[in-house]
Amino acid sequence: MAFNGEGAAIVIVEIEDLRKTYAGGFEALKGITLSIERGEILALLGPNGAGKTTLISTICGITMPGAGHVRVGGHDVVTNYRQARAMIGLVPQEINLEPFNKVIDTVTYTRGLFGKPRDPAKIEAILKQLSLWDKRNSRVMELSGGMKRRVLIAKALSHEPDVLFLDEPTAGVDVELRKDMWDIVAGLKAQGVTIILTTHYIEEAEAIADRVGVINGGELLLVEEKDALMARLGQKTLQVDLQEAVAAVPEALASYQLELVEGGAALRYTYDTRGESTGITRFLSDLSAAGLSLRDLQTQQSSLEDIFVGLVSEGAA
Amino acid sequence: MNWAAVWAMYYAEMTRFFRTIAQSFISPVISTSLYFVVFGAAIGSRIDQVEGVSYGAFIVPGLIMLSVMTQSLSNASFGIYFPKFIGTIYELLSAPVNFLEIVLGYVGAAATKALFIGVVILATAMLFVDVPIQHPGAMILFLVLTCLSFSLFGFIIGIWAGNFEQLQLIPLLVVTPLVFLGGSFYSISMLPPIWQKITLFNPVVYLISGFRWSFFGTADVPIGLSLLAIGGFTAVCLAAIWWIFKTGWRIRN
Repeated sequence: MAFNGEGAAIVIVEIEDLRKTYAGGFEALKGITLSIERGEILALLGPNGAGKTTLISTICGITMPGAGHVRVGGHDVVTNYRQARAMIGLVPQEINLEPFNKVIDTVTYTRGLFGKPRDPAKIEAILKQLSLWDKRNSRVMELSGGMKRRVLIAKALSHEPDVLFLDEPTAGVDVELRKDMWDIVAGLKAQGVTIILTTHYIEEAEAIADRVGVINGGELLLVEEKDALMARLGQKTLQVDLQEAVAAVPEALASYQLELVEGGAALRYTYDTRGESTGITRFLSDLSAAGLSLRDLQTQQSSLEDIFVGLVSEGAA
Repeated sequence: MNWAAVWAMYYAEMTRFFRTIAQSFISPVISTSLYFVVFGAAIGSRIDQVEGVSYGAFIVPGLIMLSVMTQSLSNASFGIYFPKFIGTIYELLSAPVNFLEIVLGYVGAAATKALFIGVVILATAMLFVDVPIQHPGAMILFLVLTCLSFSLFGFIIGIWAGNFEQLQLIPLLVVTPLVFLGGSFYSISMLPPIWQKITLFNPVVYLISGFRWSFFGTADVPIGLSLLAIGGFTAVCLAAIWWIFKTGWRIRN
């Protein structure tokens, strides 16, 4: 395990070659290896059925791992499950709550279940943090969908976990509440909680994650610092449609990174928007000097979504 | 041991019970009174004594056993099936608890409820007839072990059941007939010889017989055999639950 200068472990969750095959033969996880650092927010992006929920469920003890190891805070989730699970809080994707329970009772119950002594002051602080204190004596079934999601988070936080898993926290949630949820996550990070969230929404990963992982078909296709990913997002392309198609990129334009597309009827020029100069003016004048006439121009910016779709379709191929 | 978790589960289950305390209390009192009206007064008045005990008193242990067994099964099976059904089982599976703690919490609560109902029925019966209890210690032991073992069995049914129909299947089709045919309302010595032998394959006979012995000092089968039967049943159920949590059968995909 990696340590920082003060002796505290940097890596809090270590996943090693984790595999899971369901009884029907479906291989949900095909050897995932991943290290998650203390205090970071990791967003796991992936389409439906990619293995995100299976990964979280296996770490948290809801499904049995087929092969491989997971350690949380250095504790193996199978052999030292008590210590490992005590460090984890889980917010499931579905709103799984007992409808007749009062908010305060269900949150208190979870704290007890995770072996922590009763602490009404702590429960009060959590409920206040999630704006649930006024609703503490309401029954779960009387709450709105957004409130129920907050109750799930309150339950997951009730035993003061070091690592919080949020499985699709904003699925089916309106824009305002989504923003609220992001604020809550940011607040938890400030308290030092490590957060792993799965999401369909790329803008969610962009907004709150420190690192982004892309998972598809049970494989982790990429894990990268969000900023490094964003640098790749800075790439832009300019497509020049020509009056007459060419067989090859003209010699005079060889110094540019050009791609011949649409059967020679267009040239694609890639440039970095964050650079001092994009080179567009010089490129267009050289294009004209080379005797090529333009019919049309179009620019396109790659997004995290493009990278994501590209990776997912490569993985599927 | 994670005692905080055991208490949290036990308390949550008992809270559900106390939310509906009126019906939990009234329903066994009414059904017991009905049994006394039908079996005790209407039919019992035409039956002399059974093994030296008035028929009204004779059926009390069987009546308690009938309710305690069915209540244990339904409380425990519903107790664990409900979180499976509404999805809150995720919390139990991801908590730092082992199978014994879950059993103590859930099965303990189911057995407590059944025990409460057993005591209510005994108290109601005592309003109608004079019920001697010759071996009070053995009576309590049998009652507690029956509540516990049938709650364990109910817990297994709750984990196995995939829907509400399956939840009712074994209690209705297997356990209730076995209890009725296990000598709840008669002594097996009243049966024709061939049926007396067949009845001995019914495990419930041993429980009812032992329980009745603790009241009247007479039994259909030796008391040691009764204790062995209930002890064995408890051990088998515990082993099955240990295996369920070890393998994740029906709960951990």
